[in-house]
Amino acid sequence: MRPFKYTRAAETAKAVEAISKNKNARFLAGGTNIIDLMKEDVARPDELVDINRLSFDQIKATSGGISLGALAKNTETANHPLVRQNLPLLSQAILAGASGQIRNMATNGGNLNQRTRCTYFYDTAMPCNKREPGTGCGAMEGINRMHAVFGWSEKCVAVHPSDMCVALAALDANVKVQGADGKTRSIAFADYHRLPGDSPELDNNLKHDDLITEIEIPKNNFAANSYYLKVRDRASYAFALVSVAAALDVSGGKIKDARIALGGVAHKPWRALEAEKFLKGKDATEANFKAAAEMEMKAAKPLEHNKFKVELGKRAVARALTMAMNGGKTA
Amino acid sequence: MNEEKFDLEDCGNPPDMATVESDVLTVDEEKLLDELGIFGESRRKFLGQVSTAGLSVLAMQLLAENEAFAASNGDVKTAAVKLENAVKVSMKVNGSAKSLDVDSRMTLLDALRERMDLTGSKKGCDHGQCGACTVIVDGQRVLSCLTLAATCEGADVTTIEGLATGEKLHPVQAAFIKHDGFQCGYCTPGQICSAVALMEEAKRGDASYVTENIQAKARSLNLSDDEIRERMSGNLCRCGAYPNILRAIKEVHTGKEQAQGWKFSESSETEVA
Amino acid sequence: MAKYIGKEMSRVDGFAKVTGQAKYASEYKIPNVAYGYIAQSEIAKGSIKSIDTSEAEKQSGVLKILTHLNCPKTKSKDEAFAALQSDKIVFSGQPIALVIAETFEQARFAARLIKTEYLKAEHVTEAEKAPTVEAPAGFFGKPKPRGDANTAFEKSEVKIEAEYTIPIEHHNAMEPHAAIAMWDGGKLMVFDKSQGVGTVQGHLAESFGIPKENVSVSSEFVGGAFGSALNPNYYSFIAACAAREINRPVKLNYTRRQMFTGNGYRPYTWQKVRIGASRDGKLQSIIHEAVGNTSSFENFGENPNSFGRTLYKCENYDTPYRLAKTDLPTPTWMRAPGAVSGAFALESALDELAYELNIDPLELRMINYAETDPETGKPFSSKALMECFKTGAKKFGWEKRKMEPRSMRDGRWLVGWGTATGLWGAYQAPATMKMTVRKDGSVYIGSATADIGPGTYTVITMIAAEYLGIEPDKIKFELGDTKLPNAPMQGGSLTVASVGTAAHGAAGQIKQKLLEIVLKMKNSPMADAKIDDVELADGVLRTKKDKGNSLTIGQILQEGGLDEVSVTHTSMPGKERGQYTTQAHGAQFVEVKVDEELGIIKVTRVMEATACGRIMNPKTSHSQEMGGVVGGIGMALTEITEIDHRYGRMTTTDLASYHVPSHADIHEIETEFVEEIDTVVNPLGVKGMGELCLVGIPAAIANAVFHATGKRFRDLPITPDKLI
Repeated sequence: MRPFKYTRAAETAKAVEAISKNKNARFLAGGTNIIDLMKEDVARPDELVDINRLSFDQIKATSGGISLGALAKNTETANHPLVRQNLPLLSQAILAGASGQIRNMATNGGNLNQRTRCTYFYDTAMPCNKREPGTGCGAMEGINRMHAVFGWSEKCVAVHPSDMCVALAALDANVKVQGADGKTRSIAFADYHRLPGDSPELDNNLKHDDLITEIEIPKNNFAANSYYLKVRDRASYAFALVSVAAALDVSGGKIKDARIALGGVAHKPWRALEAEKFLKGKDATEANFKAAAEMEMKAAKPLEHNKFKVELGKRAVARALTMAMNGGKTA
Repeated sequence: MNEEKFDLEDCGNPPDMATVESDVLTVDEEKLLDELGIFGESRRKFLGQVSTAGLSVLAMQLLAENEAFAASNGDVKTAAVKLENAVKVSMKVNGSAKSLDVDSRMTLLDALRERMDLTGSKKGCDHGQCGACTVIVDGQRVLSCLTLAATCEGADVTTIEGLATGEKLHPVQAAFIKHDGFQCGYCTPGQICSAVALMEEAKRGDASYVTENIQAKARSLNLSDDEIRERMSGNLCRCGAYPNILRAIKEVHTGKEQAQGWKFSESSETEVA
Repeated sequence: MAKYIGKEMSRVDGFAKVTGQAKYASEYKIPNVAYGYIAQSEIAKGSIKSIDTSEAEKQSGVLKILTHLNCPKTKSKDEAFAALQSDKIVFSGQPIALVIAETFEQARFAARLIKTEYLKAEHVTEAEKAPTVEAPAGFFGKPKPRGDANTAFEKSEVKIEAEYTIPIEHHNAMEPHAAIAMWDGGKLMVFDKSQGVGTVQGHLAESFGIPKENVSVSSEFVGGAFGSALNPNYYSFIAACAAREINRPVKLNYTRRQMFTGNGYRPYTWQKVRIGASRDGKLQSIIHEAVGNTSSFENFGENPNSFGRTLYKCENYDTPYRLAKTDLPTPTWMRAPGAVSGAFALESALDELAYELNIDPLELRMINYAETDPETGKPFSSKALMECFKTGAKKFGWEKRKMEPRSMRDGRWLVGWGTATGLWGAYQAPATMKMTVRKDGSVYIGSATADIGPGTYTVITMIAAEYLGIEPDKIKFELGDTKLPNAPMQGGSLTVASVGTAAHGAAGQIKQKLLEIVLKMKNSPMADAKIDDVELADGVLRTKKDKGNSLTIGQILQEGGLDEVSVTHTSMPGKERGQYTTQAHGAQFVEVKVDEELGIIKVTRVMEATACGRIMNPKTSHSQEMGGVVGGIGMALTEITEIDHRYGRMTTTDLASYHVPSHADIHEIETEFVEEIDTVVNPLGVKGMGELCLVGIPAAIANAVFHATGKRFRDLPITPDKLI
């Protein structure tokens, strides 16, 4: 870990100003990812601005839906009555990630900005375009069992590790950001994270000095029929091989609206738009769920070791939809 | 049952009452090494002989200084070292006010272990992947290896050393002993801190990934085995004490005594060749 | 009647462990200690062309940087890897420098600033592509083929042939290896994480060319090891070098990543098993071939295939074994070394044979039960394996098993039941114990054994208490220090058989000495009593016939004008053992539930029926059993150290990507102890079971998965991708 200056920000403007002034400065919130990466010498900031004392930690109902403060902890968010009642999918997704201890530390804003867990990214002895642009992608022809099947580029096949973000993608969240000019703007969740393309070093579309202040989730009718399914190498405390956030708005057996997003398959949470479109207006049957899943996974382009994710993706999407219909239980 | 089986005196006196010094392989040893597949250099190492030289007087003095270092109140001595980006931080640790200058890079875990001599919190991975460093900060279980000490200004930290009152153990500590919820003991402080915080989370009604109905919020949860397993999954135990850890936590959580998982076979005596 | 032995007793070190007071190697507060951090090679093979430490040296707090250019040379001729000795690179992750600084943070940072240029050479890390050599012969030579295995196989009515692989796996004990080294003139003191302080002492004395008496090693508590701390690892020597160079104590911890290259691993193993049998299930021939990987510079062998030679009645048996020389660190012993790997192949193959023959897998094992050692013809000193089969099956409910795969279900879960047999030698090695009984009835016992977690502190205390007739809480047991009398390393499941026997013998000597005092008394109340006429119990020496005829230990010592009586006793394996084969056995039954669609396997129930002589403390023994099962679940389902062979570098080198089982992976584990009375193995009748409990588990799980799904998995671990 490189030496760095530590400052504790008491007000937002000061925090943003400090970051604006220094290209190598970073915000410090829960720290669960950046401290880890700094120890590995993957992240090398020379200044950390501790924003934990800023006040963006409210979880509240707004006219449009529910607002999650960027500095509210993951645990608090997952357990907040508003979230459990109205956004059980989000609660489940958060609780599927990491461990109790980490969720107690990690913030909502920080969760969005988690970096990939690709082992080539983490090992400075290995090539990685995300860590060091131009060095090549170690995983492309290496051990890529955990890697992307959608949206990857020749430069990078890493996946986004968050569970929470998969639910946020499904729920069409908006990310509110305060820029250096003090103005707040809103980024649609689909536009928040990036595909690797030619610049895999960029995970998202934030500017260096943007500060996430809150995440807004619009009102929806999915609370009764949603499920977050996570398939992993061990039963808990592991990153997803494939995960699925599934939400259905069903009336009289007919699907009025469907939301499906996948984790562990792309550089960003992957919205299954094809499958969603197919399901709208159809009967909520397992046959339709399977057909939708099949349709979505057709576009998958697996690598040498992750071909199983295509089949697993199909089955997981169908299973998650089934469980969403059955109140979290399998038939 | 087995009391009847063995007349201890029948085991007799040991075959050889003489004190033997030997670095010649016995047949049994040879067989052992052979069966273990221990060859060449390794075989020789296996038999590494031990001298009777103990730790020197110097070492014993150093060890004596170990005692009574941890519980003192007040300023923690700064090492005679120039710290870059030093941050002054004051926190409460196990009820004692502590004030110290830390390198901005120092984690809470290293501050506890290297500066406050509170080595009960363990460094198993230093990257948030094992839970051995779990401590309770402001009532929440967190990982001290991913917490910068500098961020702990004003924090109230409870470590494994702060759970017992003198000889009186916290019920979770006592239950871990009773149910043998550990073997090597290295993950144990983290497991116990985690379990202590978990009890509060259950009272608060927090959900987990395996909670059947996320929408229904109740207080004072009665956690099922699977709920406890899932909620304790952030604490790895390589010795594999998990089933006993579960028993220990369940006993404290439910107040009901938990049965052990072993038995002597009733018929073992009769069938012995 | 036993007062302590065979009864449940909580750990005597429990209080220290649950309160955080137990001190592990790097936790001693040593004034003026400096911190080390290891920098590692990024290539697998070649040499260091240049190493530039200038920028690192300039950093605040940096005291010294050792590289191959300035590190003292080891005087050891050992072929094991020694760090910082030359510019040669023999594996990726090899230490190339040790930075010493005032603080850990400073050392870690400076290590990142070392610039190294390499001359790369072509490496081979893939065992399948590496050159192989004949595994070195054991002490008695290689096991010779038994009978004519090839001919018998060809003639057999039913033949099974299958190949199995096990990837490299790492111990990943929770405590990373660590040492604090300090010099006092020419004397070296080291706190180390070790399963045998004597080996570290010998290693350091040899490395520095100083007498062993000048090296002290202490290892009071060990945070798990599973074999990784049997051999001395490279760090203690360089920590000691650094301490001498800067004339200050040095503390050196491995990072978790360094645990993957710094203390060995379970080798990659390829095995091919050919079994020939008659239609009625009688084994005619077993040809069990194995290749394990080793390093380029050291041959490590663990005989994975020879364990099976004594398991079944089978006249023709051959076990060829070769080593593949890879550009990786040297492997080492990992819990149940060899046996668990061999058992995975052999016990899976036996299950395959059972299905080929349509004979219940347990029945097949009974059909081929060996009443005497098939290798030597010797009788077993005891063998209650048949009882384990029966009682384990009964408790597990095996009779309800339907033979046909995919025939049992629980809702959407496919249910599978599998079994396998475990076997481990009942070993004993010479061990010495010092035992002192004081006038106030307190006792000191000491032996340089280790307690890496099985409960040695507790069980040896119990044994001393039993045979001295003194309460355990009056006994202080010291271990893990070279100042103590010699004991074997804690490996091979021999600790209680060895050190416990020494404690038993020492207690016998104490009794003898006390009796001698009593016999010399005027009007001795026990005049003419022979040693076997008296016993130590309830804090007194008394005659067996008249228990009221007793003297307290205090009274006796008073009579003798002594404050204490002290003995140092060495126990040796009994000569009678040579006439027998001494082994511990177990039958393992596993239930899995499989969600075939998503590739999820849950091990929902495990029944271990174990015959390992006499159980000293069922509480800690059961913990051992659980530990073996959990290790076996990891081996079967989750654990793999991946290597990117293009770079010759391991890629899953942390606990996020190397999956040891978590709480949520572990369900019911029950133990049924089938006790054996065995006076041959040792006077205590104890066999050890720390390895035994793991041996059959991976095979039993793979067999259960076959029963559930109809798919045979021959390559571990059985991760979700393989099921899909």
